[in-house]
Amino acid sequence: MSEHVLAVHPEPDLVQLLTPEGQRVEHPDYPLDITDDEISALYRDLVLVRRIDTEAIALQRQGELGLWASLLGQEAAQIGSGRALKGHDMAFPTYREHGVAWCRGVDPLTLLGLFRGTNLGGFDPREHNFNLYTIVIGAQTLHAAGYAMGVVRDGAVGTGDPQRDTAVLAFFGDGASSQGDVNEAFVWAGAGNLPVVFFCQNNQWAISEPVTTQSRVPLFQRASGFGFAGVRVDGNDVLACLAVTRKALDHARNAQGPTLIEAFTYRMNPHTTNDDTRRYRLGSEVETWKLKDPIERVRAYLTRVAGFDHTFFEKVEEEAKALAEHVRSGCRALPDPTPESVFDNVHVTMSDELREQRSEFVDFVSEVSA
Amino acid sequence: MSAPAATTNNWTMAKALNEGMRKSMELDPKVVIMGEDVGKLGGVFRITDGLQKDFGEDRVIDTPLAESAIIGTAVGLAIRGYRPVCEIQFDGFVFPGFDQIVSQVAKFHNRSAGLVKMPITIRIPSGGGIGAVEHHSESVETYFAHTAGLKVVACSTPSDAYWMIQEAIADDDPVIFIEPKRLYHAARADIEAAPTPLYEARIVRPGQHVTVAGYGPTMSTLLESAKAAAEDGIELEVIDLRSVSPLDMPTVVESVRRTGRLIVVHEAPQSFGVGAEIAARVTEQAFYSLEAPVLRVTGYDTPYPPSRLEHEWLPNLDRVLDAVDKIMEY
Repeated sequence: MSEHVLAVHPEPDLVQLLTPEGQRVEHPDYPLDITDDEISALYRDLVLVRRIDTEAIALQRQGELGLWASLLGQEAAQIGSGRALKGHDMAFPTYREHGVAWCRGVDPLTLLGLFRGTNLGGFDPREHNFNLYTIVIGAQTLHAAGYAMGVVRDGAVGTGDPQRDTAVLAFFGDGASSQGDVNEAFVWAGAGNLPVVFFCQNNQWAISEPVTTQSRVPLFQRASGFGFAGVRVDGNDVLACLAVTRKALDHARNAQGPTLIEAFTYRMNPHTTNDDTRRYRLGSEVETWKLKDPIERVRAYLTRVAGFDHTFFEKVEEEAKALAEHVRSGCRALPDPTPESVFDNVHVTMSDELREQRSEFVDFVSEVSA
Repeated sequence: MSAPAATTNNWTMAKALNEGMRKSMELDPKVVIMGEDVGKLGGVFRITDGLQKDFGEDRVIDTPLAESAIIGTAVGLAIRGYRPVCEIQFDGFVFPGFDQIVSQVAKFHNRSAGLVKMPITIRIPSGGGIGAVEHHSESVETYFAHTAGLKVVACSTPSDAYWMIQEAIADDDPVIFIEPKRLYHAARADIEAAPTPLYEARIVRPGQHVTVAGYGPTMSTLLESAKAAAEDGIELEVIDLRSVSPLDMPTVVESVRRTGRLIVVHEAPQSFGVGAEIAARVTEQAFYSLEAPVLRVTGYDTPYPPSRLEHEWLPNLDRVLDAVDKIMEY
């Protein structure tokens, strides 16, 4: 490669509807009809999921969680895309979509079991149409494509019935864009014209690897090779994320096929609570991104333009405090699994050999603890 | 499961599998078949011949060439309520789908606390003996038998093929379905009126001197070996394990208690294999009945050989009889 060739092309424009200073701007392709009250509801979401995140990090520091993958900085990408979903749409998260889970109505405590070590997920994805967290990078994009195949076979796309037409939203990150599974999911979705939207949160870092390690072109441009549209959106702009995802989901529900959305954002915290960013990135980079904070711009808009006063913000803050208490006390109250439960649900029907292993294990544990 | 039609005589294994899948698709509209070339071509072995014509392209799906996606999309279909039957074109091509099988298919029911089932059947034409180029003759069952959450079965007769594929598809757990490809068209047989339960072994030839256990592709070799040994006055009791995971140990142990001798035969490499597992369990469960160490006649711990060598490399009549001689010396 010539040393004059840039590893990544110059950044194309982002779709943006709310500037970091809190100013509404229009985009010809993504008009957004939204009231100030609706924007204030998004603000509430953003604040609450950030509080969930803050509490979870604290719980990890206190030894109550084994690990936590922070969403700090990515709240707008997750709330914007999550609120674009309809109830009967299906979302396939990675392990960081706590904000999307919130939008789906999943109790944050449901997410904590995995990180506390009391279960391996343990909920029914169909209850809130939000799949189990998937830790193997990119694997869930194929599950999303398969689910979308089922949607097609159920005749739930392109009917024009808004209660019936269904879209699937697959989340992944910049690192995952290199995975074979993600590329295979693109192939499947493109060739099969599946009702799936791929939502890539490009948070610039895959643990310690910058996005330039993954790609020579902006990630959204990958879509064209697979035969569908790609768009880059300001991932710290909740309005832009909402508008772009809403349009892509509509497109999918109307049997017009997949879209790749690259939400350009930033992972403000380490990859997980086990990571140490000092070894690979500069603090000044983080400082630059702080100026693009996803919550501050909405607050600025609500204060300066929409005229919301302190009573609103105090009310949200009160709610955040109550939620924090729910997360703290609920986490500590999560029950430890019983030893024999490890043998539950390995299969739908337990084999004799497994039953024998269980009985040995139960006897052994009860003798040791006696 | 319905009884077979009147015209079920004299079927090859290929025909039996095809008819079995046809039955499953008729009974359950959520059954979909997916894989490479399974549609118009009917699969490279023609096992799905005619199914797309009769059930349509939405239910018999020609997929792009990506095994991880064949399995991964089956997971998504299962979450949506479908019952996918995935065809992996050849044994050696299952490995690109390994992560999806081992980390996703096998674990999903457990991770969801039993709330979501993964009724996925993964059919794998397996084993050697057809003079193929590399990656077309592998025995992959052990990888999957080692994975919690999966069941692994192998058919060896047309009748079993007909019934077992239906039982596997109807099972709410994921099943790796091993099809001995060299037996697809090797023999014709009648279909039995009712199935043997899927996870039960079967004594296919009784004998008092040595128990010989195998499954799938080796079964015809074992029956030939038993005939040959009988001419020398040694009666082999031949067991078709049928299921590799779970293993039907009561049938094996009961036999070994009578014969005192056990040989396990498989094409898969020797070390850490099904033979090793059965030897360990028989030692635990029937130690005082054993007159001799458990012997294994298996593929060697090498890559599958070039096809000109495969007949010497595979467990064959001579190798099995040699093991019978050895075990009778104790």
